Amino acid sequence: MSKHLNSAVLRSYLKLDNMTMQLTAPLTSKGVRVMGQTQRTTPKGNRRLSAATMPYLGNEDMVKDLRRALSNPHVQSDHLRYRNAILKVIKLMSQGVDVSNLFSEMVKACATVDVVQKKLVYVFLCSYAALNPELSLLVINTLRKDCQDPNPMVRSLALRNMTNLRLPGLVEYVEQPLSAGLRDRAACVRRVAVLGWAKLHNLQPNSETDASVVNELYGLLRDPDPIVMVNCLRALEEILKEEGGVTINKPIAHHLLNRLKECDVWGQSEVLKILQRYQPHSDDELFDILSLLDSSLVSPHPPVMAATLSLFLSLSSALPAVSLAALERVQGPLLAACGSASREMRFTALCHIQLLLRSVPGLMGAHYKRFFCGYAEPAFIKQRKMQVLVELVNDENVAMILDELKEYCTDVNTDTAQAAISAIGRIGRSYSDRCLKILIGLLGLKQEHITSAVVQTMRDLVWVCPQCSETVCSALEGCEETLQDSQGKQALLWFLGAYGDRISSAPYTLEVFIDTVRCETSPGVKMELLTASVRLFLCRPAETQDMLGRLLHYCIDEETDMCVRDQALLYYRLLRCGVDETRKVLQGRRSDPSLGVLIGRPAEPPSQWAHAFNTLMPLWQNAAGTESVNSDDVDHMTSDLADPLDTEVEGVPADTPADTLATKPHLSSVGLPDTPADTLATSAVVPLSLFPTLSAQEFERLWLQEHAEEKLDFVCRTEHLQGPNVTRVSPQSLQAALQLLNIHTLAFTPPRTLPWRIYVYTHTAAAPRATLVLAELLYQEAGAHAAAADGEDEDDAAALAKGEEEATFGGGETAREMADVKEIQVTLKQRPRDDNALKNVLSVLSTVLHTLSCQTP
Amino acid sequence: MISQVFVLSSKGDRLVYKDFRGNAGSDLVSGFYEKVTALTGDQPPVVMRHKEVHFVHVRQGGLYLVATTTADSSPFVVIEFLNRFAALVKDYCGGLSEKSVQMNFALIYELLDEMLDYGYVQSTSSDVLKNFIQTEAVSPRPFSLFDLANVGLFGADTQQSKVAPSSAATRPIQGGKSEIFVDVIERMTVVIGANGVLMKADVQGEVKVKCFLPSCSEIRIGLNEDLSVGASQLRGYGTTVRVDQCSFHPAVRLEEFDSHRILRLSPSQGEQSVMQYQLADHLPSAPPFRLFPAIEKDSGGRLLMYLKIRCDLPPKSAAVNVGATIRVPKGCVSMSQELSSPDQSAELSPQSRAVLWTIPRFQGGTQLSALFKLDVPALSSASMMEVGPLGLSFELPKTTATGLHVRFLRLSPVQPGPAQRWVRYVTHSDSYTIRV
Repeated sequence: MSKHLNSAVLRSYLKLDNMTMQLTAPLTSKGVRVMGQTQRTTPKGNRRLSAATMPYLGNEDMVKDLRRALSNPHVQSDHLRYRNAILKVIKLMSQGVDVSNLFSEMVKACATVDVVQKKLVYVFLCSYAALNPELSLLVINTLRKDCQDPNPMVRSLALRNMTNLRLPGLVEYVEQPLSAGLRDRAACVRRVAVLGWAKLHNLQPNSETDASVVNELYGLLRDPDPIVMVNCLRALEEILKEEGGVTINKPIAHHLLNRLKECDVWGQSEVLKILQRYQPHSDDELFDILSLLDSSLVSPHPPVMAATLSLFLSLSSALPAVSLAALERVQGPLLAACGSASREMRFTALCHIQLLLRSVPGLMGAHYKRFFCGYAEPAFIKQRKMQVLVELVNDENVAMILDELKEYCTDVNTDTAQAAISAIGRIGRSYSDRCLKILIGLLGLKQEHITSAVVQTMRDLVWVCPQCSETVCSALEGCEETLQDSQGKQALLWFLGAYGDRISSAPYTLEVFIDTVRCETSPGVKMELLTASVRLFLCRPAETQDMLGRLLHYCIDEETDMCVRDQALLYYRLLRCGVDETRKVLQGRRSDPSLGVLIGRPAEPPSQWAHAFNTLMPLWQNAAGTESVNSDDVDHMTSDLADPLDTEVEGVPADTPADTLATKPHLSSVGLPDTPADTLATSAVVPLSLFPTLSAQEFERLWLQEHAEEKLDFVCRTEHLQGPNVTRVSPQSLQAALQLLNIHTLAFTPPRTLPWRIYVYTHTAAAPRATLVLAELLYQEAGAHAAAADGEDEDDAAALAKGEEEATFGGGETAREMADVKEIQVTLKQRPRDDNALKNVLSVLSTVLHTLSCQTP
Repeated sequence: MISQVFVLSSKGDRLVYKDFRGNAGSDLVSGFYEKVTALTGDQPPVVMRHKEVHFVHVRQGGLYLVATTTADSSPFVVIEFLNRFAALVKDYCGGLSEKSVQMNFALIYELLDEMLDYGYVQSTSSDVLKNFIQTEAVSPRPFSLFDLANVGLFGADTQQSKVAPSSAATRPIQGGKSEIFVDVIERMTVVIGANGVLMKADVQGEVKVKCFLPSCSEIRIGLNEDLSVGASQLRGYGTTVRVDQCSFHPAVRLEEFDSHRILRLSPSQGEQSVMQYQLADHLPSAPPFRLFPAIEKDSGGRLLMYLKIRCDLPPKSAAVNVGATIRVPKGCVSMSQELSSPDQSAELSPQSRAVLWTIPRFQGGTQLSALFKLDVPALSSASMMEVGPLGLSFELPKTTATGLHVRFLRLSPVQPGPAQRWVRYVTHSDSYTIRV
């Protein structure tokens, strides 16, 4: 019970922080809106200001000079000088200087026969048209005239830029030239016109697109120019987005397939992507399509190859043998892409090979040497290559691969070195002897980051292969001197706790840690140290008892981190229950050979990953393949309780194996993150109007202490207040009101969540002596009331989780209808005892609640 | 689909910025640069996410070429496009550098405008693009003494003029002389074990045609007649040139390839990769470099590295720009060196924990040695293990590792004016590692 109250305080305190943030949020958003309105009136003024603050000297003058030059008739008559002036404007623009007030000069420069000048001016106009919608109207005339130009290049240029202006107001002027453009005799104009309709549609997403346009676009799929055809697909895809994109029926699909070879690389990959939507009507048709696509599957162009494989996988999702054959066939081009001169392309190919390996383990086993890292390759490629190498290990190549990986372990880049070490650990699950030899050899280097990575890798390895423990334990002696980082220390401590009986020097090593615990900054290490000490105590009590006592004493009395202190308290109480009880809890499994089954991961069907193939997704997943299995699944168990903020104590729960967690659910709170403690620590600094200030920690300690030890000079009372619906009162106003009356609020749940609770304290300074009053106000729904009165832990936890959930979904907007009169349970604790003062506090509380709930409608 | 394209210099200055879909936030470019600079090391991941935007970038010539896109678009397409964009900029501006981009930004805007419409790739073939591109390139031509070297005494032709001018490869494709270059470029990946055994050898090769001919309907490239493709074919004892796999540009006609090893194609202006091939494991000749190291501790507690590198190339050829990098133990503070000739140099780089030994020219059949004395405080036997592999970077001009050669290069119809035809061979080291 105490443990739960404890975490309840912590959690509701977190809520408090969230609340204050919510309080400020509406204010700022309003402020932004007001500012936005003023901004709209003077956009230029603001921009000019921002330009002036640019580091370039004399931008203002430069723009002025340019304007003078552009409006100078002499310059205008000399087209080279004119063009040069325009070039300067564009140059400034691409450097990020604001040149928008040259807009009218540039509009004039648009009317010229010089195509280069036209192009330059259009670049400018398209960037700034949105700021000058009125002036842009002037350009339209020139553009429309250009659309009649005999030169197709000028026509396409005008049409493209007309649609690129992105001004909804100009749509009526653009439609007519666009329709004409669809029927133009030059392909380059038709290409632009087709995409122009898509741009137009996206400018006014709500307006109905003319059905005749859609029909015409469908008709243009038969255009002789392949780019026009592909652009039609793209445009229809955008225009018909709401209806699920362009319709691919049998004639269209066959038409596209037949013309696939005419398209270039980009067109082919686009068409292949859209064809994924097509479902062949019969098996014969399906195989016809597949054999037609076979040559694209081995295309030397990676985009075509990847798009074809995607299409293959989606077409043959019901035929696993066909998809596997496609995977076999595609390995050649993929390997070639892995050796491409562009390292970005290499990386992409590697990421996709990893996907393939999920379905066909050992697919490229014969080519494992292709995945050896180059000397100057970037770290991100090296790490991916190592992940692939781990998958390709077999009896023949294991010696070569390990030899290669060993070289990477001493890489200058520490990330690469650590990735190599953990890759060796992964291989160690199947070839433990060879790998352990290498890992032990690496310990001899006595380098911090290497030793740390090796110890962590060994921990993960022993968890899966307990047969290695003998060798590992003898190798670990003496490596504590090199370990510096918390992750490595935690791994070593886990060994000392779990295998203390086999490491002869374990108590001495542990003693060094305990003696320096004051200097230790990481709470994760401290918690691991506690667990290790208690576990070692269980198997070697005589050597450990004294130092365990010291450690517990320090952690309970002096430690400021809540989680560490809680864990120490827990172990203290556990030990008081007896050694057998402790053993039952702590002497869990130290390995899980059943996880070893995961080594030979079963081949997944390609449909598992086919949706991610040829997207950015495979490039995202970073180093996921190398993390330890044990921390993974325990994390999963605690994840519903642990805060998402938790990053630091990753791997800590590894010491409490899964079965322990399952039998003793409250243990999991031990592994809670240390973040609440941080927030508590900062709150203690906040000056309060009440004296002496009580920090949340102290509050919590007092609240719990009175539970533990009954004292004479202390009272704990539970009262029931008949009050209106307080849960609708905003916590901020409640807090303010209480503060006004010198009652300080420490923590509360968000409004409209159940159970609703709030923790407050105050000092009563009345005669004969000052007392401290702590109070908890609790409101639960009538139904839940009875159950909660029993104080069932699970219920509490569940309620907490619920409260949290609602907080994340927008502060419990799902308002519940409640009766007007509510019963609030108030638990008061006072020290020293003073009934009068207590009664006084209670009445103040009830008055406040009444007043507030009357004010709120 | 590509929403925006921009080019940033390594310092984060934006050189080119084009918004194709009009949905960009104002802080897009700075958002990207913040992401890049926030990461440690010089190697940001290829794909990064900033709010709703996905950045895909390619780093070439010290520039970041960045495209923003959506999560479901194909990374192959976006990266291939960016690479193609970089290649086109190289073709048109005669090089990809901050300076050339700055000087030709108008041309680059024009290119981007023709290549992409509404974020969809329209065409990247230089044949199509040349009809649309109007702006002329400005090529950065720094004054160089080498230019003077070509001027012979009293205007007579000197020997140098038979060698392709070094500036030719970095010349914009528009205008200029009618010339054609066929480059055979190979990249070599080699790992040699500590015992001298060749552990891995890989060659990635490419035949590139760079065409500056105004009118040329067809060229025929004849390769070695004894070239065999694939591992299945029997290898004789002769000097057969073999490649494992090869792929061709779609425009290449292969009617005569099987019988006479002749590639026929109609080249488009600019650079294109005609043939790509790979060879794994079985190099026709010995690897070009071998290392004979001796590493020991001297009486004064210093680490002595005596390195001898032998170049196994034929005596007529040489390797240039050789850089040897050897990793040294942690905490190495200073170094003294003894090199065999004054044009070599060596330095200790504490950041990368390595000694860099540069050799400008390394004649075939010779060997060079160097002695490095390193001061390492707290030198232990463990730190001897840290003396790491030797990485070599080099260039082998006029040499191909596979032995692939161009027998002839014929143009048809016969060019009206004098057309210069150049065939060049070069082998680069992709990664050449010798274990110690």
